[in-house]
Amino acid sequence: MGKLYEMLQDDYRVKEGLKTCINCGTCTAICPAAEFYRYDPRKIVDTVQRGDEQEIENLLKSDTIWYCGECLSCLTRCPRRNGPGLVIMALRNLSAKLGYFVESEKGRQLYPLTKMMTDNILNYGYCIYPDTFKWEDHVESGPVWKWHTEHYADSYERQGANYKGNGPGALRKIPQESLDELKSIFDVTGATERMETVEKFSQKKAQEMGMSMDEYFRHTFEHCTEGHFNNE
Amino acid sequence: MIYQGKKKIWSDYQKEIPDDHWYYVRSCIRQNFFPASEKMFLEICRDVLGKDIYENEHHTTCGGIAYHCDTIPQETAMTIVARQFALMTEAGYKNYVASCITSFGNYSEILETWREFPELETKIREMLWKACRKEFNKPEYLAHSSDLIYKFRNEIAEKARFHLINKDTGEPLRVVEHIGCHYSKMFPSKGVGGAEYPYVLTGMVESWGGNVIDYPERRHCCGYGFRQYHVKANRGYSIANTHKKFESMEPYKPDMIITNCPGCPYFLDRWQYVIAEMEGKTYGQNGYGIPVFTYEEVAGLVLGYDPWDLGLQLHQVAVEPLLDKIGIEYDPASKYLGTNRKDIMRPELPANLKCH
Repeated sequence: MGKLYEMLQDDYRVKEGLKTCINCGTCTAICPAAEFYRYDPRKIVDTVQRGDEQEIENLLKSDTIWYCGECLSCLTRCPRRNGPGLVIMALRNLSAKLGYFVESEKGRQLYPLTKMMTDNILNYGYCIYPDTFKWEDHVESGPVWKWHTEHYADSYERQGANYKGNGPGALRKIPQESLDELKSIFDVTGATERMETVEKFSQKKAQEMGMSMDEYFRHTFEHCTEGHFNNE
Repeated sequence: MIYQGKKKIWSDYQKEIPDDHWYYVRSCIRQNFFPASEKMFLEICRDVLGKDIYENEHHTTCGGIAYHCDTIPQETAMTIVARQFALMTEAGYKNYVASCITSFGNYSEILETWREFPELETKIREMLWKACRKEFNKPEYLAHSSDLIYKFRNEIAEKARFHLINKDTGEPLRVVEHIGCHYSKMFPSKGVGGAEYPYVLTGMVESWGGNVIDYPERRHCCGYGFRQYHVKANRGYSIANTHKKFESMEPYKPDMIITNCPGCPYFLDRWQYVIAEMEGKTYGQNGYGIPVFTYEEVAGLVLGYDPWDLGLQLHQVAVEPLLDKIGIEYDPASKYLGTNRKDIMRPELPANLKCH
């Protein structure tokens, strides 16, 4: 077995999620993503299980591994208690670590996702935060939410939140010493290094595509080519 | 004999839930979209039921959404959670209750992984010490906040001012219950009723007078899918899954939907608006949508709280038809007012989805 296979085997999600797959396809039958995208978790688990180095590399560079919604319905239904969704998480982790994610359209979306999530965590202590949840990027949230975003302070006060306030409560200002601890956790556990890796490979890809980083962010966040869906 | 056998099987799906003394952690999505529900949870537990629920301002995101968007390594998510456990330990609590289903799944996954691979727990303890100089005990008991409302559902029913009953016909309301995927699909033993017969919301609906509808796509995901919503280019996945659920439940004519997940009520509410605007299709009666509620919102309505104190004005699907069915009084003029009746204008109306 090759290096990529061994790296996957070191991931606890593979240790937990891949025992012996019998290729029954129950995971694909229950999978919400498989109904929508050209996606078959059974094939992915089979590819990893066979351990073919080139096929695993192809998988890490493909759109395929990014179609899963991580609902983990597959975990409930697998007759062997495998977790194809957990295997996908390990594949994505390795793709990010090695910079292979930039080789696919869906993989490149890791750049805007990383920016959004890690900025929110490190700056505010939340994964989602009102000041960065722009209505223009979420028109599906409707006119009610547009109105709410235009009156954040008053509307959140009416809802009983403690928006940007001291002490406990919803949307409180998380104390700086707690944000400092999150930053320290990021540094110690590899999240900071991961952010730098995603940034480095994304910058290189943006250059190849002739885009500034702002343009690359918008492009990867908004653009969807043909060929991903079952009904195409 | 057969009944005893079934009773025995059912007992495997039950979950012991401690009565009191909880350390409470909030949900990122719910703080943004349903802050009044978290406030109502605390008010019901503390003021109505007299329970001890403690919250500390220093707790943060558990990192679950970032983790399921694949933007942070597993060790990072685990160490953030370890820090939360350290805060619980410092505060002197042993029971841990999470407002978020993604968090609840995240905590369950982490505790199970540590149980199976103790060397990983040791590594995370070392990382937490290095990063924060903190140590922790694992919770003796982990619950989702819907578990507590489920546990106290009959006490809430005893204090109820309203029931989930159509006041004109006297018939129980027809209720769709939607359980967040990470509540029990990953670790069935952690949820009331397991993954096969999740009873956490059904128990509340039955105690409060309603009838739960069974429909083909009852257990299908709402379509959040983490990166499938947060990246604009992928949102077709999200709406397609919600659409599938609504098409499946439509023939059963639901009066309302109750949920226990942070994202699900947002998606089931907002994608109804989008389907109405894109296709002209609505799933409720007379051009309205089917109103979608958190379990705290439903508990608050049953207990007689003002609908606008529960935050129902932040739903896109109008709740008024359901309030009228139950006979809950409300002041239409104060729906969009701020605190102390401050005028903060009102939202525009959608083109197709009927709203107030």
